[in-house]
Amino acid sequence: MDTQDIYTKSTVRCTVNGESKALHVYPMERLLDVLREQLRLTGTKEGCGEGECGACSVMIDGQIVNSCLVPVAQVEGASIQTIEGIATEDQLHAVQQAFIECGGAQCGICTPGMVLAAVDLLAKNSHPSESEIRNGLAGNLCRCTGYMKIFESVVRACEK
Amino acid sequence: MNLVGKPIPRKEGRKKVTGQALYVDDLSFPGMLHGVTVRSSVPRGRIKNISFDQPPATAGGSDRNIPWNEFTIVTAKDIRDLKLGENYVALILNDQPYLADEVVNHPEEAIVLLAHPDKYLLEEARRHVSIEYEELPAIFSLHDSLAQKEIIWGDDNVFKKFLVDKGNVDDVWAKADFIVEGEYETGAQEQLYIENNGAIALANPNDGVTVWGSMQCPYYVHKALIKLFGLPEEKIRVIQTETGGGFGGKEEYPSMIAGHAALLAWKSGLPVKMIYDRAEDMVATTKRHPSRTLHKTAVNKDGKLLAMEIDFVIDGGAYCTLSPVVLSRGTIHAAGPYFCPDVRIKSTAVATNLPPHGAFRGFGAPQSIFALERHLDKVAKTVGLTPEEFRRRNFIHEGETTATNQTIREKVDMDGLLNRAFELSDYHAKRERFARENGSDRPSRIRKGIGFASFMHGAGFTGSGEVYLQSVVGAEATPEGLIRILAASTEIGQGTNTIFAQIAADALGLGYDLFEVAQPDTAQVPNSGPTVASRTCMIVGKLVESAVVGLKQTLLGSGLLKDQYTQAEFQRACGDYIEKFGRLQSFSKYQPPPNILWDDEKYQGDAYGAFAWAVYVAEVSVDLLTYEAHVDDFVAVQEVGRVINPVLAAGQIEGGIAQAIGMTLYENVVWENGRMKNGQMTNYIMPTAADIPPIRVYFEENPYAYGPDGAKGIGELPMDGPAPAILNAIENATGESFNQIPLMPEKMMEDLVGQG
Repeated sequence: MDTQDIYTKSTVRCTVNGESKALHVYPMERLLDVLREQLRLTGTKEGCGEGECGACSVMIDGQIVNSCLVPVAQVEGASIQTIEGIATEDQLHAVQQAFIECGGAQCGICTPGMVLAAVDLLAKNSHPSESEIRNGLAGNLCRCTGYMKIFESVVRACEK
Repeated sequence: MNLVGKPIPRKEGRKKVTGQALYVDDLSFPGMLHGVTVRSSVPRGRIKNISFDQPPATAGGSDRNIPWNEFTIVTAKDIRDLKLGENYVALILNDQPYLADEVVNHPEEAIVLLAHPDKYLLEEARRHVSIEYEELPAIFSLHDSLAQKEIIWGDDNVFKKFLVDKGNVDDVWAKADFIVEGEYETGAQEQLYIENNGAIALANPNDGVTVWGSMQCPYYVHKALIKLFGLPEEKIRVIQTETGGGFGGKEEYPSMIAGHAALLAWKSGLPVKMIYDRAEDMVATTKRHPSRTLHKTAVNKDGKLLAMEIDFVIDGGAYCTLSPVVLSRGTIHAAGPYFCPDVRIKSTAVATNLPPHGAFRGFGAPQSIFALERHLDKVAKTVGLTPEEFRRRNFIHEGETTATNQTIREKVDMDGLLNRAFELSDYHAKRERFARENGSDRPSRIRKGIGFASFMHGAGFTGSGEVYLQSVVGAEATPEGLIRILAASTEIGQGTNTIFAQIAADALGLGYDLFEVAQPDTAQVPNSGPTVASRTCMIVGKLVESAVVGLKQTLLGSGLLKDQYTQAEFQRACGDYIEKFGRLQSFSKYQPPPNILWDDEKYQGDAYGAFAWAVYVAEVSVDLLTYEAHVDDFVAVQEVGRVINPVLAAGQIEGGIAQAIGMTLYENVVWENGRMKNGQMTNYIMPTAADIPPIRVYFEENPYAYGPDGAKGIGELPMDGPAPAILNAIENATGESFNQIPLMPEKMMEDLVGQG
């Protein structure tokens, strides 16, 4: 891409939480900003802007990614799932329910990303060991809980 | 109903797990501008000139010119020209300007504010504001400040001094069997809440100023904006949005960012949103005060403490902010949960040209307790006792006095806490096994160790602080019989909304769902004081209890409710009352418990209404190839009065311990000419899920007569014990005594290689 193009908006087509979207965007805008500002899906949070904290985690075609590191041009044709797409109309996901019961959320700012990381972990491994939970969530930082109640939440979600 | 003591799920839990909770950056207003701050690039100097430049023309010609006429620009001069109030952040000494005027005293000090609708263009523009300085000599350490290498603040670089003098230590040294001295240091620590500081402001001469923001203390922001704008209090409104962690980092700093956003909003006439990115939040906002503590301790041959002389110094950075209060708490906690007849504590908060240090969970106590609990292991060794036996001989008991001559009037059982912590951690067996393994002919490269710390933390404001605060909580019933609790105490993750509802529901014998905690908004809720100092549960919770009881008494007095009632009868009575008399409200104001006497001049008397008491045990392994230390197991036993909600309470303790493990082994603020060099999560490392050991939390419950349902404070306690427990364990593993945190592998290598 030459330098002129980054100042020209174009259309990116993708699916967000099951709905088709045509996004009129600068190609190098961060997916995080497009989700939050254009689609008003503010459940995805910015913590560090450099892919360290995981607060901006979303799923792209089933892969968990830091949306602060994804230029929106990359999601052409992709299916994106955000925290707003995890619960159904009337039912929380087992992970969300477990986070409420076990105290997995405190201030809540890392929670959307942490819930997505846990959902992703359980999708790949329905009964992870303690060390698999620890490693599976190591890309998502939490400053409030010391992680213990988050581990308990994941274990509880497995039992559901 | 007995909700207290049960793991009731968090009130706002559903909003948080679904991403529906709205933090300040999630809000948007029509026509809203974004705001940014241009900051000083030098640590100390005079501002010679400010210019608004254009990017140099490049070959491709693609760089845009900056349309400066579209920008709202605010400098210190505007505060005068717009005939606003005072250019200082109202707090204790009012020495910190909102915008530097002529001089700067630290790197990253705010000088110019810019606002524009396009945040990308705004960022370009920020980089093209040039500020010329005449640099002045600066100092960057408390040592240089004490030595007055340069006078940078007042006449002597000193923000505050305290002297606590119990008995006379000078009479004791001659008769001591042992005198043990030591020096201990702690570094800065970043709060690192995952949500950065942020605020949105609407401001104009007609409506006054309204600010939404991430904060712990809405009324601190309120007070600061009254001074900045020179407006009457009813013209300033401050609303707390969902807050993504605080830990003290959103105690005083929000007054700054709220003021900046409001200045831009006032000048532009439009709403202005100001959200820091991580780098700005890390380099420009407050951190934990670095400290240095000197100990001199006299002991007799039976291992009894005879005298303690402690010299405690903290680095406050360039402006006073809350340093005097941080110093006060650090001073009072410096002699720990021990009885010693003669104690002298001298303490000093000094100025340097670092960005101001501020509130951080524990508030000076983690620093002074780190020094004490490392030092006592050294004293025990000198006397020839085990660390635990030495402490057992000196633990404070009911009826004995602390360093400030506060007589402990509650049952305190440090021995019992120690026994339980040792049993749960298998301390003795492990200590023996590690000694055997580490001392064998072919020891592993991984050395294991176990250590502990015993300590206390006072709940609520120090001394007469709560009396001056005069906190008020309200409760209001709706016609449907729902009850809203009105308090300025904020939910920042610790569970305010939930425990207030539990306390209130139990006080009236009604269901949890009937109670809602109002969003803190200075136009709607009374001032229940700041959300700090482990006071929300013990002090404000008690006021919640009496406010809702006041509602019931009003209903009983009106004859609309009988002594024995069902929930439906109570709700109906609320509706009847409102129909007949109008509003049904009740307010409750702080009353100190009896016999609390404090002398602010001499620093003697009842420093805190109650203390939480604790013994923490850390098990570590140290890799002698990489010099990394890892905490393998952690046992935390504490007595905190009655536990209101065991899941939330354990969550507080676990989170505090993780943060303290970070402070001890991972989190190293690297300074370069007064600026944090590693202001990124990439190179300022906080513990991840893979780093934290199993943290095993146990509560002893000894109800406190003046707390709600017997509760005391717990928020800060877990920050105090881990650092000394971990370094005591590392000494057990390696035989080397480290007296400085953070203890990074480089430092460990230096000392251990030197030793070899």
